[in-house]
Amino acid sequence: MAFTSASHWIRRKIGLTEVRREKLSLTTKRFGEIMWATVHHRMGGPGVAILVFFVAVAIVGPWLPLPHWDASLFPRTLDPSWEHPFGTDHLGRDLLSRVVRGSQVSLLVGFLASVIAGVLGTLVGLVTGFWGGWRDEVLMRINDVFLSLPWLALLIVLAAVLGGTLSLEVIIIVIGLTSWSFTARVVRAQVLTVKERVFVERARAAGAGNMTIIRKHIFPNVFPLVFANTILTVAVAILSESTLAFLGRVDRSNVSWGVILSEAEESGALLNGHWAWIVMPGLALVVVIFGFSLLGYALDEILNPKLRER
Amino acid sequence: MRAVDDVSFSLEKGESLGLAGESGCGKTTTALSIIRLLPKNGRIVDGHIWYGDQDLAAIKEADLRRIRWKHISIVFQGAMNALNPVRRVSWQIAEAIAIHEHIAIDEAEDRVDDLLELVGINPARKNDYPHEFSGGMRQRVMIAMALACNPKIVIADEPVTALDVMIQAQILELLQNLKDELDLSMILISHDLSVIAETCDKVAIMYGGKMAEFGPTEDVFRDPQHPYTQGLIRSFPDIYGPRDLPPWIPGKPPNLLEPPQGCRFHPRCSFAFAECSVTEPPLYETGPGHVASCHLRAPGR
Repeated sequence: MAFTSASHWIRRKIGLTEVRREKLSLTTKRFGEIMWATVHHRMGGPGVAILVFFVAVAIVGPWLPLPHWDASLFPRTLDPSWEHPFGTDHLGRDLLSRVVRGSQVSLLVGFLASVIAGVLGTLVGLVTGFWGGWRDEVLMRINDVFLSLPWLALLIVLAAVLGGTLSLEVIIIVIGLTSWSFTARVVRAQVLTVKERVFVERARAAGAGNMTIIRKHIFPNVFPLVFANTILTVAVAILSESTLAFLGRVDRSNVSWGVILSEAEESGALLNGHWAWIVMPGLALVVVIFGFSLLGYALDEILNPKLRER
Repeated sequence: MRAVDDVSFSLEKGESLGLAGESGCGKTTTALSIIRLLPKNGRIVDGHIWYGDQDLAAIKEADLRRIRWKHISIVFQGAMNALNPVRRVSWQIAEAIAIHEHIAIDEAEDRVDDLLELVGINPARKNDYPHEFSGGMRQRVMIAMALACNPKIVIADEPVTALDVMIQAQILELLQNLKDELDLSMILISHDLSVIAETCDKVAIMYGGKMAEFGPTEDVFRDPQHPYTQGLIRSFPDIYGPRDLPPWIPGKPPNLLEPPQGCRFHPRCSFAFAECSVTEPPLYETGPGHVASCHLRAPGR
């Protein structure tokens, strides 16, 4: 209640228009419900728990009482102990600090890249599906190119073209630009069926224009797909980044889990029995991706009223 | 292809008009033409649609958008599909109000309670999703939607098709009451003659995209002038009559890509004579406000 009145006051202060007000209240109302349902979902609960844990670790990472992730302060390749729960690497750096640092880099890449891919894919899907015609032809042929090229080869070639090792921003953009095609296809297919439904005709009869119909009727119908897809894209993006890193295509000063694994591989951690060096970042990677998959599935079920259990 | 050709009728304030005919004879197309909602590949080639002193066939799209719903609204065929499955019912009813009165959806939603009560739905259920309603209730929601902006004319496209008979009766009664209460004009589209006989003041019988007969409902049903209308009425089983199959009209409606020469009904008409396959019959007046498109009704015949 207090929040509502405060926000009313703020809105009046900054003079938001009526239409804007409606949008704000509608989204906040729905967001709360969705959150509640997700946390109580049999898959969403564990998924959220996993992701909250990792996001929390990533956020509080800099304040944790850990040695600096890039400081070679200790003996090399120590096995796990109380002092170094994950052991140390070939340069005497604490692996726990590095895995914590890795969560920041990996999650950042995952979120930003999938946001790029999600927005791009949704826009392309809406435009091609709703208007069709030459827009559809042009954008979908471009989409076909991205879909049919093997993404790993594409990433490696892009990495080579852009100069051997990639900085973090370039990785995010490259992954974002190579993973929108699936979302675009899925959204387009859904838009094609939704736009033929009678309620679109009804909205047109009620006086709604194209933009209103797309925003208020078609987008809400494809939103579950977009959302679930984007959450799943986060997992794919994290995996892509790790793969690139493992193949030694990224700037190693941005310590992601893939970079740690790559270094472990190069220094023969497997042969020398330094299991924690490989298992710990690998486990983090697997668990986070699992978390995103759980959440993606749960959201699909929750946001789609027809799938919802009652 | 001319899906609908040479159709002309008038509708006064507070009056209800029925459009009847077999499937594919142009009932829905006629109705959608009135507010120019034809599919992309369709257009109005010629003619006028007078609403007051405005010709809806000629005014700009932007002006028409203001007329749609606020003056002329539609209850669409198939309430299952005409509701957006991911939007709450209250939002969907409020949408049209918000668009036409330029107010926020929240404010428009205040009026949803009254509208739902008007069509006999408990307002407590306004925040439900369409799939939580039964078929009859969805149809009621569609009617509430059509009434949202206080229109003068409501076009009801097969409002009771796919509902069971009890619900049909309820919905028809509701439409009738609302019409009287709100002084609406109504166009009711149905293939079910009994529905039209029960609710409409005037009736237009369509055949092959043309109007076969038009007149006051009583006159048309009591004394049908067009052989097609006669056939339609005769093919209705009489609940007090003998228990055998009523006579039907042999053949099927014409393919409008190549409509038959002359009268469109003549290949199926048992009264057809030479002239029927040559010239198209105009609408002959057969009584006060009662016209039929048949050579048999030519004066002096």
